[in-house]
Amino acid sequence: MADIKREYALNALLALGLLLVPIWALYNGAPFTITLFTRIAILALAGIGLNIALGLGGMVSFGHAVYFGLGGYVAGILAQHAFNGAPILGLPGTNQMLIIWPVAMVLSGLLAAVIGAFSLRTSGIFFIMITLAFAQMVYYFAVSWPAYGGEDGLPIYVRNQFPGLNTMRPFELFIVCWGVLMLALGVFALIRASRFGAALMAIRQNPDRVASLGINPFGVKLAAFVISGMITGLAGALMADLSRFASPAAMAWTMSGELIVIIILGGTGRLFGPVAGAAFLVGFEVFFGGLTEHWKLWLGLVLLAAVLFNRGGIVALIAGRERLG
Amino acid sequence: MAEPVLTLTDLHKSFGALKATDGVSLTLNPGEIHALIGPNGAGKSTLIGQISGRVLPDAGTITFRGHDITRLDVAQRARLGLGRSFQISSLIPDYSARRNVMLALQARQGHSFRFLMPVMRDRGLRDRADAILDRVGLRGRASVPSAELSHGERRLLEIAVALALEPACFLLDEPMAGMGAEGVGALVTFLRDLKTEAPILLVEHDMDAVFALADRLSVLVYGQVIATGTVDEIRNDPRVREAYLGEEA
Repeated sequence: MADIKREYALNALLALGLLLVPIWALYNGAPFTITLFTRIAILALAGIGLNIALGLGGMVSFGHAVYFGLGGYVAGILAQHAFNGAPILGLPGTNQMLIIWPVAMVLSGLLAAVIGAFSLRTSGIFFIMITLAFAQMVYYFAVSWPAYGGEDGLPIYVRNQFPGLNTMRPFELFIVCWGVLMLALGVFALIRASRFGAALMAIRQNPDRVASLGINPFGVKLAAFVISGMITGLAGALMADLSRFASPAAMAWTMSGELIVIIILGGTGRLFGPVAGAAFLVGFEVFFGGLTEHWKLWLGLVLLAAVLFNRGGIVALIAGRERLG
Repeated sequence: MAEPVLTLTDLHKSFGALKATDGVSLTLNPGEIHALIGPNGAGKSTLIGQISGRVLPDAGTITFRGHDITRLDVAQRARLGLGRSFQISSLIPDYSARRNVMLALQARQGHSFRFLMPVMRDRGLRDRADAILDRVGLRGRASVPSAELSHGERRLLEIAVALALEPACFLLDEPMAGMGAEGVGALVTFLRDLKTEAPILLVEHDMDAVFALADRLSVLVYGQVIATGTVDEIRNDPRVREAYLGEEA
């Protein structure tokens, strides 16, 4: 019981800390800090997406950057068409986040459905490799497609808009991202507690047993994979707006690795695991990146320690192992 | 005689030159315990695999409650009412005993694509799971993760999970494996009662238990059923004595 209380306390601390520091920064003229925390929120959101596939379903996707990058391109491409007035596929572009987000999510979901339909027939190392291969295919396609910037990526001159807010102001963009993050955490919590989540987590542990109960593991995993891709795609759209740039690098395998690192450091399958992981990763980069060029070496050592000695990430370190009830 | 619940007709399965299943036909009738025995390597596991859907036969058909299920996958067969327990306990290790049973109940209802209601707060599901655990004597261990249960308790939880599926037939793969004498005795009593709910195809090594329980026995040797009959008929069958019981006598 004590562990559960500690986890609640940690979650509250992370959610509020993530909100209060930027508020402090707002009144103390530190826009860089706000941008940093916006990045944490967006990476955490992308991590929540992956946490559904990897944490709940045990699907180690090494290609989740593809949805992250796709979401970014949706934001960039729709903004560009809104900017120059040219229609895309017969429809006008838009600079409204509330339209861009659903488009990014639907396209990411469709892509995840296609990739999942192939890759979920395999498991283990094959699954990892196939998801990586699909993501790299899309990455090279983006790099070689000149219409939307190719290798150089696609700048977003004016950030896409959210009704009632000025997203060009760092704090107002942050609030949007923080709000979306909280909603996504709610969605994750609902899924994990639901019948669907019960089947999904059981499939992670023993797919043969679940099949023998009459639940088809493939269908459940595919649905989870699609939801997972959608949330990571949404995060990608936000990241493109934050950096005002849709970049093919967001699709690269290194980004897929970064998302996995966030999950493992934060706590696989834990509600606030991605938040803790993203905060740690960004904090580590800012702190040690200022001290040494070789900060990634130290990050590697931390990761090694986390995998060898801790397993459950930051959340488990503070709140103990997860009990599924 | 009523229609058999499960009928295997001339099943064949080879792995290379090895004929693991070589023309097996057998039936499971309502209300009976049909025990499948045979020495190690006789092909029992392959046969169970074909019935449950993990292994596809090379030839022959499997009919279950009037459906040809030969080509259906494991989940589809389970939904038609084929409830199985595993030779080596196969549970959801991080789930409590209660949650293992709740998952089976959920699967039985067919509602696994619900995203909103927290399943652990589903009183109806919980109470039914607890009632089933009570039946197999695990009520007091309901909250313990199945990985932390004793071997015997895990065997009982296997049965509880099969019960939750309310199957039309039970496929029990060595349910007594590794159980102490006391546990076996209790399970024999329990299974004798269970067969009135649904017939049982029982694969078991414990001969005392098999002879105490089985209405009919089939003896599998080198992939072939060499004899089927009542306990007395099998006991007195010279081929069986030679092929199998002789080893133990």
